Amino acid sequence: MLGDDGPLVFEYADLECPYCAKANLLLTDLPVRRVFRHFPIVSKHPRARVLAHALEAAGVQGRFWEMHGSLLVDQGHLDDPHLWERCEQLGLDVARFDADRRSEAVAERVERDFRSGVRAGVMTTPTLFVDGVARPGVPGAELISQLSR
Amino acid sequence: MIEAGAAAPDFSLSDQDGHTVSLKDLEGQNSVLVFFPAAFSPVCTDQLSVYEEVLPDLRARNAALYGVSVDNAFSLKAFQGSVGTTIPLLSDFHPKGAMAQAYGVWVPDRGVATRALIMIGPDLEVLWTHQPPSPLEIPGANLIFDALDAVAV
Repeated sequence: MLGDDGPLVFEYADLECPYCAKANLLLTDLPVRRVFRHFPIVSKHPRARVLAHALEAAGVQGRFWEMHGSLLVDQGHLDDPHLWERCEQLGLDVARFDADRRSEAVAERVERDFRSGVRAGVMTTPTLFVDGVARPGVPGAELISQLSR
Repeated sequence: MIEAGAAAPDFSLSDQDGHTVSLKDLEGQNSVLVFFPAAFSPVCTDQLSVYEEVLPDLRARNAALYGVSVDNAFSLKAFQGSVGTTIPLLSDFHPKGAMAQAYGVWVPDRGVATRALIMIGPDLEVLWTHQPPSPLEIPGANLIFDALDAVAV
């Protein structure tokens, strides 16, 4: 979870999705507590699951949100060498990162998130849940101002 | 829209590759017809992409999906590639909308099928239907799993 006060926002997102990148910019610095849930749509974004696994692997080394921000502000560089470069920038152990992102535990974690999204009726990314209510799509001005209070 | 309990109306349409798919091909499985208004509209793009991700789970429950729209087969072929889906897409192109009309999802003033899900059982009976309040609202994949749970009882 990112943030320690404010409304709880669950966000189902796909790391290769440009709308998710936009939503991330809008949510950054808001006084909310953010919980990220993976919702990779591989048929649309071939790297989505690989990236979800990479993000979880960064999380194993305590750099989840740093990697999250890094991926979403630059979606033009998402191949493996770019991921390793990001790891080095964030001070991660690259060999461990590579092992972790291929681990069963990480795959299960991502799969669990995806299934929870399907059960909750998520059909597009991003989909935010605020007070248990689904808000599909990039958050609009009204939602952002509601969350800014 | 056609109601649960009715016999599924017969149809015979070309899929995106020119293969004919008929009602009798649906025998012995749970089939979900996914009617959508038009190929390449952003809304149905997401709908089929998400359904694609849950196909293995549906297969495990002896369920198959078929998209249906009034687009012609070549458009549906291009659309299928663009969405990256393997879901067969049936072309209700000529006579236009005949299947949509038979299943009661035809929108005469727009000349398209409305967004709807219709589940047909192994013995070709309509088991369940769902129509969102607006065609812009996408029926979640969870609804299909809930319906499979309900008909399995």
